[in-house]
Amino acid sequence: MRNTLPILAVLGALVVLWYVAVAPMNIRGALDVADRGGAEVIPPESRDRFETSIWRLMVDNPEQIAAGYSLDRPRLPTPGQVGQELWKTTGDMALKGRPMSKRSLIYHGWITLQSTLWGFALGTALGMAGAIAIVYSRVVDMSLMPWAIISQTVPIVALAPMIIVLSSQVGIEGRGVPKAIISAYLCYFPVLVGMVKGLRSPAAAQLDLLKTYSASGVQGFLKLRLPASMPYLFTSLKIGIAAALVGTIVGELPTGAISGLGARILIGDQFGTPLAIWSALFAAAILAGTLVTLLDLLQRVTLRRMGMLA
Amino acid sequence: MNWLIFALVFWLGGWALNAYLANSPWRSALIVRVMIPVVFGVTLLVLWEGTVRAFGVSPVILPAPSVVASTFVASTDILWEDFQQTVLKGAVSGFLIGTAAAFATAILIDRSAFLTRGLLPIGNFVAALPIVGIAPILVNWFGFDWHSKAAVVVVMVFFPVLVNTVQGLRETDAMQRDLMHTYAAGYFDTLIKLRLPAALPFVFNGLKIATTLALIGAIVAEYFGSPTRGMGFRISTGVGSLSIDLVWAEIVVAAMAGTTFYGLVAWIEKRVTFWHPSHRTSN
Amino acid sequence: MLGEMAVISAKSLDLTFQTNDGPVHALSGIDLDIGKGEFVSFIGPSGCGKTTFLRCVAALEAPTGGTLTVNGMTPDEARKARAYGYVFQAAGLYPWRSIEKNIALPLEIMGFSKAEQTERTERVLDLVELSNFGKKYPWQLSGGMQQRASIARALAFDADILLMDEPFGALDEIVRDHLNEQLLELWARTEKTIGFVTHSIPEAVYLSTKIVVMSPRPGRITDVIDSPLPKERPLDIRDTPEFLAVAHRVRDGLRAGHAYDD
Repeated sequence: MRNTLPILAVLGALVVLWYVAVAPMNIRGALDVADRGGAEVIPPESRDRFETSIWRLMVDNPEQIAAGYSLDRPRLPTPGQVGQELWKTTGDMALKGRPMSKRSLIYHGWITLQSTLWGFALGTALGMAGAIAIVYSRVVDMSLMPWAIISQTVPIVALAPMIIVLSSQVGIEGRGVPKAIISAYLCYFPVLVGMVKGLRSPAAAQLDLLKTYSASGVQGFLKLRLPASMPYLFTSLKIGIAAALVGTIVGELPTGAISGLGARILIGDQFGTPLAIWSALFAAAILAGTLVTLLDLLQRVTLRRMGMLA
Repeated sequence: MNWLIFALVFWLGGWALNAYLANSPWRSALIVRVMIPVVFGVTLLVLWEGTVRAFGVSPVILPAPSVVASTFVASTDILWEDFQQTVLKGAVSGFLIGTAAAFATAILIDRSAFLTRGLLPIGNFVAALPIVGIAPILVNWFGFDWHSKAAVVVVMVFFPVLVNTVQGLRETDAMQRDLMHTYAAGYFDTLIKLRLPAALPFVFNGLKIATTLALIGAIVAEYFGSPTRGMGFRISTGVGSLSIDLVWAEIVVAAMAGTTFYGLVAWIEKRVTFWHPSHRTSN
Repeated sequence: MLGEMAVISAKSLDLTFQTNDGPVHALSGIDLDIGKGEFVSFIGPSGCGKTTFLRCVAALEAPTGGTLTVNGMTPDEARKARAYGYVFQAAGLYPWRSIEKNIALPLEIMGFSKAEQTERTERVLDLVELSNFGKKYPWQLSGGMQQRASIARALAFDADILLMDEPFGALDEIVRDHLNEQLLELWARTEKTIGFVTHSIPEAVYLSTKIVVMSPRPGRITDVIDSPLPKERPLDIRDTPEFLAVAHRVRDGLRAGHAYDD
């Protein structure tokens, strides 16, 4: 892959930039810690430090710059710190035989993944059903499609807290169901719109050919429209699963959540432990990346077998 | 029960009307194309109203559309304040900064094929991540007020616009570039006269995605800390205090804001990329 | 043309591509001189190198051996001196510019003043008989008209040489006939040197003063025919025995180069 070198180079540059940025971001925190520990800090009053620019603080207190790289509650953790926290709450716990403990990101990641997959499955099924209805019924097309397009512009996340409250009012226990509903909702429309495009993609000449064979609607669907829609389907599935994951995490953010990666972010914010937030974020990113990559692999294999890979 | 029967009849009637219109000879007229989804929407509202009234659903679970409408009218001052905070200050400013930054970055890295090959896959990857999660960190860095919300929006909007702009800049085919070569045209001439106009459809694609992300980012960021105003704030506290009708009113505002913002960008797109096959009718 | 320097001169020109399946000899040992004011057609099957040769003259490809001069300079120098106009197979007009503005495109890049741009645009639009269509957009014009606009664009900056790569290939025969006539008239009026790549034997014979027959694997010249036909040529000339004799000779050349084998 001739892209590997540039990607690694850019990633490397970003990591270096990150490391360098830690110093100015954390200097105030480092000076606070040093001050409380009794060391001499310029200027000594924290109120004065608040007024001073971080560059001035760094110049005046060069020996504290390094301390910024190992704070307990850093404003900007170093990549190393994030990595360590990630390892501590995942691999390390697994090695110690407690992968599913309540503090383990594997456990929380699994909770998030479950809702995401349920929501994704539901959203995809509804999206595909809706797409088929739209393509084959003019009434459904003209009444539903404009709303489908408009709904993409509506910030559906605004509904998230309400869906959670609604489901508990109605008597559903736990957050699994409302989270799956929010996920399905976020994932439904990209899949719908993509599938409609895909099912409508065959050229008029192809459809005419099937007419000359007196092919039935079902035959036309199975032999032409469905295969032709595969590339579009996979593209929307990748968008859909990313959206489903966002939906689940948004569902885990409102107050009261205790499990799931979104909940870890929330708790980290409430308790003022930034490392917990960062490690949960990275775990979510890794989860998103893995899911999309798996779908991408599935796409390549499927399209190659269908001879559709460009 | 009467309500429910009425609602069902209305819904069926609306459906029948739509079925008739959709198969009628006037189905391609603009007015019919607008009427059918409107009728559909109205029947859903009536169904909603009828069900709530017939089953006496508590307004704490699901208020009727009429209740939401009256709350909307009664609370326009709150809604306006929230709109300004979330949409104008948070979403729109973040959108403008984020898209400008993404556009500038795309043009800067365009010069280097190496950087483009490295950044594009990373940009695509980041665009798929749940970036809303960084909201608490940014609130931590930028404070409770709208600046942190704008910052979240900037990050959310940056990558899709960057990726789309870079792709758009790559879109010019070999023949067009050859033609420029025969004119001995330099990099800037080629960029401004050929590649930027050709990239505009892609850029607008990214901008439209950005409008929806901007609103999502601004609202979700407010779930993490906000001065006592803002749509996200109102929704999360309203849910907590069971003022569900106000929450729905806010959702209506959010829906209107989202659609208008998107519609505005789409309108500009139509004016600027009038020449693209997807926009023009054959003369 | 004793004593007259050739406008385009190729000597032992080679161009070899390295591909995954081994080297491809797109051009091999091309020797050709094109004098001022000639209309030279290049004809041959796919892969014979006719487009590649044209692109080498235009400095869009770099040869791997031999020499090639245009107006006594290297092709790249000639390109920078804006010595030629190029017409591609597709009109390639910018859909976001009107026809006028499309024609002005090279003039803008080359730094002509606004007044000059207007004057030249009007002049070439007149030459190709599109004067009333300046404000229209490309998609509002038919394929033939778009190609005429593309030719006008190539003429706008008064380069002496015109290089055309199957410009009428995508058009139907009736439009093609008309454009062939117009191109000949244009050539008579402007006295340019024209290099013209085509797949069509009648077109090559009708338009040219010299026909270069090429064949592939490796890309080489099989025959160079100096046309005996007069400069003034109505379309009817295609039914005359002299015309058919030349066409026959072209066909022989193609057959010799195995153009009709599988």
